[in-house]
Amino acid sequence: MVGKLILKDGSEFQGESFGFEQPRSGELVFSTGMVGYPESLTDPSYEGQILVSTYPIIGSYGVPDKKNWESDKIHVSGLIVSQYIDTPSHFQSKMTLGEWLKKEKVPGLVISDTRYLTQKLRDGGAQLAKIVFEKDINFIDPNLENLVNAVSIKKPLIEGGGSRPARTIVLIDCGVKKNIIKSLLDRGVRVITVPWDFDIFSLKEKIDGVLVSNGPGDPKMADTTIETVKKTIEKRIPLLGICLGNQILALAAGGDTYKMKFGHRGQNQPCIMIGTKRCYLTTQNHGFAIGKMPTGFKPWFVNANDDTNEGIIHKKFPFMSVQFHPEACPGPTDTSWIFDYFLKKL
Amino acid sequence: MKKILILGSGALKIGQAGEFDYSGSQAIKAFKEESIKTVLINPNIATIQTSKELADKVYFLPITTEFVEGVIEKEKPDAIVLSFGGQTALNCGIDLYKKGILKKYNVQVLGTPVSSIDLTEDREKFAHHLHKINVATPISHAVATVETGLKKAKEIGYPVMIRAGFSLGGQKSGVVYNEKEFVSIAQAALSFSPQILVEKYLHHYKEIEYEVVRDIHDNCVTVCNMENFDPLGVHTGESIVVAPSQTLTNFEYHYLRELSIKIVRSLGIIGECNVQFALNPRPKNKIEYYVIEVNARLSRSSALASKATGYPLAYVAAKLILGKCLMEIKNQVTQVTQSFFEPALDYIVVKIPRWDMDKFKGTSEKIGSSMKSVGEIMAIGRTFEEAIQKGVRMLDVGVQGVTDNNFNLTTEEVLANIKQANSKRIFFITKALKLGVAVQKIYELSGIDPWFLYRLKEIVDAERELLNVGNKNFCSVQQLLKLKQLGFSDKKIAQILGKKELEIRELRKKLKVIPSVFQIDTLAGEFPAKTNYLYTTYNGNHNDVSPIGDKGVMVLGSGPYRIGSSVEFDWTCVNSSLFLKKYGKKSIIVNCNPETVSTDYDISDRLYFEEVSFERVADIYEFEHSSSVIVSVGGQTPNNIAKKIDQYGIKILGTTAVDIDRAEDRKKFSQLLDDLKIKQPVWNSFIDMEVALKFAQDVGYPILVRPSYVLSGAAMSLCYNSIELKHFIEKATNINKKYPVTISKYMTNAREIEFDGVAEKGLVKVFAISNHIEHAGVHSGDATIVYPAERVRFFSGERMIEIAKELSMSLNISGPFNIQFMVKTTRFM
Repeated sequence: MVGKLILKDGSEFQGESFGFEQPRSGELVFSTGMVGYPESLTDPSYEGQILVSTYPIIGSYGVPDKKNWESDKIHVSGLIVSQYIDTPSHFQSKMTLGEWLKKEKVPGLVISDTRYLTQKLRDGGAQLAKIVFEKDINFIDPNLENLVNAVSIKKPLIEGGGSRPARTIVLIDCGVKKNIIKSLLDRGVRVITVPWDFDIFSLKEKIDGVLVSNGPGDPKMADTTIETVKKTIEKRIPLLGICLGNQILALAAGGDTYKMKFGHRGQNQPCIMIGTKRCYLTTQNHGFAIGKMPTGFKPWFVNANDDTNEGIIHKKFPFMSVQFHPEACPGPTDTSWIFDYFLKKL
Repeated sequence: MKKILILGSGALKIGQAGEFDYSGSQAIKAFKEESIKTVLINPNIATIQTSKELADKVYFLPITTEFVEGVIEKEKPDAIVLSFGGQTALNCGIDLYKKGILKKYNVQVLGTPVSSIDLTEDREKFAHHLHKINVATPISHAVATVETGLKKAKEIGYPVMIRAGFSLGGQKSGVVYNEKEFVSIAQAALSFSPQILVEKYLHHYKEIEYEVVRDIHDNCVTVCNMENFDPLGVHTGESIVVAPSQTLTNFEYHYLRELSIKIVRSLGIIGECNVQFALNPRPKNKIEYYVIEVNARLSRSSALASKATGYPLAYVAAKLILGKCLMEIKNQVTQVTQSFFEPALDYIVVKIPRWDMDKFKGTSEKIGSSMKSVGEIMAIGRTFEEAIQKGVRMLDVGVQGVTDNNFNLTTEEVLANIKQANSKRIFFITKALKLGVAVQKIYELSGIDPWFLYRLKEIVDAERELLNVGNKNFCSVQQLLKLKQLGFSDKKIAQILGKKELEIRELRKKLKVIPSVFQIDTLAGEFPAKTNYLYTTYNGNHNDVSPIGDKGVMVLGSGPYRIGSSVEFDWTCVNSSLFLKKYGKKSIIVNCNPETVSTDYDISDRLYFEEVSFERVADIYEFEHSSSVIVSVGGQTPNNIAKKIDQYGIKILGTTAVDIDRAEDRKKFSQLLDDLKIKQPVWNSFIDMEVALKFAQDVGYPILVRPSYVLSGAAMSLCYNSIELKHFIEKATNINKKYPVTISKYMTNAREIEFDGVAEKGLVKVFAISNHIEHAGVHSGDATIVYPAERVRFFSGERMIEIAKELSMSLNISGPFNIQFMVKTTRFM
């Protein structure tokens, strides 16, 4: 079946369908990663977005078991590829990408000139779009909704620790990727994952540290989380923010964020650690960034390509956050040391 | 740092070719930008790096310890670089270091320490080093008795591989599946070899490579990863290779990436390094891998990686060894970003080796762990199908696509050729697919990942569909577009439909099925790039660039290196391009050979990494609205399409296509010589064996025979009697009306003189005469040649110049030309 990708500016692109054939709307974004489509599609930060893959050949190694995903479901609203591979080859493959999209009710189209779409988004900025089949639908702006609320866990969950006395991290789930939790558990930490709007101080627990996760959309929508972070800082509890968590920390500490033209989505974003000659290759997936630096903080990382801020750290206390994904998945594992660094500060 | 000595790679040989001219040239450029004086030692005259525009001083001397020491003594360089001249430079450098010569003259080795290079060259020490940092290498034990061997085999787990030490060609080596087999083979091997190696058998493992760069601040990136189409066991230089990897998950890709970086850090590499892995496609746990090789220098793979990604590895490596940090080096392609990043590709690259086994009688077509290929091509597409089909055409071996083959073999024979890797395996695979053999079966035999096989099946199926549709119904845009997206050439489509290539071209243009021109920008379109590095694809709907217009002049490159056409045509292309620039023209290079300097994007105004075929040249010409095309600097490949592009109405600069044809066509040229009363050996063409034999008898043996259409690549042959002649014609050619055989009288004891000149509108402007040491009959590419000519008498010389002038005038030559004279006593032929 042939479907259409329609952009808010009126442009239309036809493509053969390989997913679920039901219309969906979202914000059209592109990602430049060459591997890791199962990880990206299940990344909650993509909630509400239609993803264009700049790598043209997608589906090659099928879809692995759920335990290898970054959350329990596909979060993108739609997927656009240049060539869809329906004959995957990999020992871990459980089904084809097309079968998965159908199962999860997500549309996918083959539009050969994904490079044109990318250039359009690069030059004109991210814009609203919809995938339609026979019946048309309205454009929906996901950034007007509270996407964090949609993807966050519904009630607290305690994991890890075992029998030994372990340090406890409260993880505020704004749309957390599984590998963040895994990165903590692997380091012997007890993790209490809580909803984005949960009052963490109501827990009858000693909190050694707080981690504010990645997540979709505009950080200013996560108002309750911002309030929680404010209190955490006041109580001088060590805090690490990742991606959306980075922006939330900035807002809570008196800084400001802005919407980028087309954001950073890919696995080859270079970040320099300020004051050093060390650069790290990082995975990123964000459309907002820190503009005004909060008082008491200094920039920690900066993007080597466009000089945007990539992380902040408090001058005195252990409050820190990064715009990139130290947990990788997909992407390079260069910055996994961030977890160790943070845990040392507890 | 004031002066750096650079070691080149010397003469081209199998396994070490044009890629080192590319890497050396980039290094010299990078050093010069830092105002450092460069001294180069390289005896290879056919290289760009020895051109006077590059190094400050060039020594045409052998890359050996003695000669290099002499140069060091004279030049007193501050430092030496060893990583840009292949294994030759590396070996020489290690020797200079070990003999204390570098220390004696206080010459610093830039980049990776010699001790690390040494470590990577010693298999045992290196394995030990890797084990210390918890990196796996293939398990291997040297044993001297069957008993200890059995113990080791049990430890490793069956099947195991037995290799006899010190044996040629893998004698008495083999895979054994149990103790009984082990004893039998091990006994046999130990009967003539003091030692056997008992190794883990890595059956049908994938072979994966990473190219890593590292600076003095420990910043590390992997610029490119590549996956071999052929499984482990076929040398990476002999294998079809794709970039990026296609069948690796995120976990596998990054697990191996992390390991590559770990290895590079442990060795203290500064600059570039290549790491090769064997990866189990069906591991028991999450991953099972072994490191099989590390090259602590620029390599063939790094040249490929540079061209595949647009990341100038050699240039960056040169800056890094000067102590620069990756972030300080501008991304030469985007001009807005820097060099600490890993290119994101939005296309796929396929490399295919070119073999010339037919040139050597008795050579087996089998390929394996040592290199036999003499060149390679790189094809770019947005689907594997598009790239691989472009690729096999680029090889210039007379095929139009992967489905081209005339194997008249049984299924069993075809399958046998799939099991044993050989230079035509990909064609046997498509043949098997046509015969209905299942992908799984082909996988089991070859170990080639089903992913690739399914892609080939896509092509085979599309061809079958077209055959079934037939001529009448074929016209829809969708059908034509689909075929073009799968990489079918106009000619191939025409062949299937029984039409002419130009008819398909017409139809295609009418239906607006025209390729898009895309940039290679290293960042998949994320940033606007100023790059002029281009390719064409049917998997697109727009062009990244606008036409250059009538200032544009296209320069056609040579395609893959092969025997008889090599790095010299890179030199000519590069120089043509640079001079076009100088005269206010815009140069557009078309070439598909990743081992070249002409495919560096700073050489031309635009670089099309594309097929040097009529179809593609015409496509680019029409898109660019170019003024003209140069065909005379790329050797035989562009020459062969000259007539066709001329007939199509494309303007050829220099000697006209008609005149090229008059010089190339044996009959026409002979007529011309007769008209000008220039002597030539008696010759004629034959379509009948008896007539040929009679002619040979009349002119007298020995005679030279050559088929006009080369079937199996067998070129000419010298025959001393009728039996030999008969044998040659029967075995090597297929004498008939369409393909006559040419026989000429062979002159014994004649000398051969080369005349090289450049003419303008027929007037010879400049020339040089050189002579062969060997008698005529030794091909000029195989002969030892002296310049200036030594044994040419004044009158002979004068007569040769006279003949050259006459020929040049009557062929109205504009551009370079070469005449080979035979001289017997003082007579000319």
